Amino acid sequence: MSHHDHSTADRGPQEIAELPKDKVARFDAALPEILKRYPADHKEAAMLAALRRAQEILGWLSPGAQKLVADRLGAPVTRAEEVATFYVMYHTRPVGRHVVEVCTNVSCSLAGGYDIFEHLKAKLAVENGGTTGDGRITLRQVECLGSCGTAPAMLVDEEMHESLTPKEVERILGGLT
Amino acid sequence: MSETLILTKRWPKKDPSLAGYKADGGYLGLEKALGMAPAAIVDEVKGSNLRGRGGAGFPTGLKWTFLPKDVRPRYLCINADESEPGTFKDRYICEYDPHLLLEGIAISCFALDIHLAYIYIRGEFARQARCLEKAIDEAVAAGIFGGPKLLGKADFPLEIHVVRGAGAYICGEESALMESVEGKKGYPRFKPPFPAIVGLWGKPTIINNVETLANVPWIVEHGAKAFAELGAGKTGGTRLFGVSGNVKRPGVYEKPAGYNLKRLIMEDCGGTASGRPVKAVIPGGSSSPVLRGDEIDVSLEPDAIKAAGTMSGSGGVIVMDDSVCMVRALARIAMFYAEESCGQCTPCRQGTPWMWKILEKIERGEGTLKDLALIEQLPGNIMGQTICALGDAAAMPVQSFVKKFRQEFVEHIEGRGCKHGATAWGVSREAREALVGGNRHSSR
Repeated sequence: MSHHDHSTADRGPQEIAELPKDKVARFDAALPEILKRYPADHKEAAMLAALRRAQEILGWLSPGAQKLVADRLGAPVTRAEEVATFYVMYHTRPVGRHVVEVCTNVSCSLAGGYDIFEHLKAKLAVENGGTTGDGRITLRQVECLGSCGTAPAMLVDEEMHESLTPKEVERILGGLT
Repeated sequence: MSETLILTKRWPKKDPSLAGYKADGGYLGLEKALGMAPAAIVDEVKGSNLRGRGGAGFPTGLKWTFLPKDVRPRYLCINADESEPGTFKDRYICEYDPHLLLEGIAISCFALDIHLAYIYIRGEFARQARCLEKAIDEAVAAGIFGGPKLLGKADFPLEIHVVRGAGAYICGEESALMESVEGKKGYPRFKPPFPAIVGLWGKPTIINNVETLANVPWIVEHGAKAFAELGAGKTGGTRLFGVSGNVKRPGVYEKPAGYNLKRLIMEDCGGTASGRPVKAVIPGGSSSPVLRGDEIDVSLEPDAIKAAGTMSGSGGVIVMDDSVCMVRALARIAMFYAEESCGQCTPCRQGTPWMWKILEKIERGEGTLKDLALIEQLPGNIMGQTICALGDAAAMPVQSFVKKFRQEFVEHIEGRGCKHGATAWGVSREAREALVGGNRHSSR
């Protein structure tokens, strides 16, 4: 599970008022569509989907972004924070413009997934969870992606790429700006 | 021999749209169901010996009968969280034939008087979530469900929604799944009460796996008896087995429930890609106890394989040839459960990283015989001591790998290292590619 680190300089917006107004407006416009899926008396159920949307719009879930989501769902801030820090797809620290996530679980590693991850670490000069100096790519090792029959697999900005070869990985990375 | 295909008959290339599905006889099961008494549908499912395909194998019809008679609303949650390492079947139902699942959901809801269903799909399956949402939109637009009537005939409002997870293996556990649908972190609940009594928002809730419900249209159309006869023992129908690892033809195979594991690996999948002997097989997702290569001549039917000391769980078969280091493989599995432990129960939260660290130590050649004794003792202190089954899932592979490949662990300790060196994951990638070829397709 991801962890908060309040000691870094990247603490980001702390309050809703510090978030870009246009992005907050986009989030507010997207909310009714999300809420439609839940009974009216269970608005808090939309927490996961609302956090996802906030992250898509704001880039990552800063304390200010978590407060925004909690506020709009009428929930305590701690409810947003416990969800944002529990699930690995939420970023509670800034990430690069692209997030590359390589599966290294058994089926993928039997097909070279571990080698791909190690190769990318060296090539991008980052450790697991690190972001390249130019802010282009955040690299993460992730757990089984359910692509075992088409291993090895990785997610690039949450889209699945399967049956990877070293050459294919190079091609995909080359396309990231 | 012609085999009956229920779940994969339209894979992978047939039109997954509503038009394509209907052209192949889709939604006829729902039409037939609407002419039946709801209780009669439940009886059909009971009589079919359909068992849960998420891993536990609980009889589906029996689960349905646990709903209290007079409490409303009731909810249905469809478990599409598919996260057990080695498992990759439900995603293809969502991709290749989403309406098959939706028809199964609609029939089940009609049978159980449920008017709101959530498909909980893991966050990493973005494409599959889009496939399902598109199919739901098509079905609603065509008046199949979503309005006041089903198929424009029976008065029965039904809403089906997709809910996406956000990366947490534990949310495949049914009570954690409900917590997540409620918008919370995925902490499993104490059982009892079971979800059928106290579930989503405290109301009676049925939770079934994707593959489980995708069988329901066929059962209604062809009858309980025909379905039961396809299977073996107390397990009806076919099952989806996803084979991965060191095999020539990895992919999803639909086979009768009582199919032989060795035949699946050696005939259907063409044996190992390297041509080397099979060293180990994980038969039902990474939590199932490992089998040695000489133990795989067994039926995959849950009760039969249980007698062989393991389980066919989620149908995820991982094959390893004799070039793979068992300590390396087990350490990686242990890392998974350490990463995914939700942290609620102390034995699992503390014990899973402990097991992982000891195994990495042994793999590096820094382990002692005391460590080996510890790793033999530890799993027993986690098993049965936790709220949910993740603790057991973490313990079972450790117990079985050490028991079945003990000599390899001792060699790591006495030889102060892994003799596989940098190729602990088996032969090199280049060599494997040369053997397998670059074009490994996704199903059969």
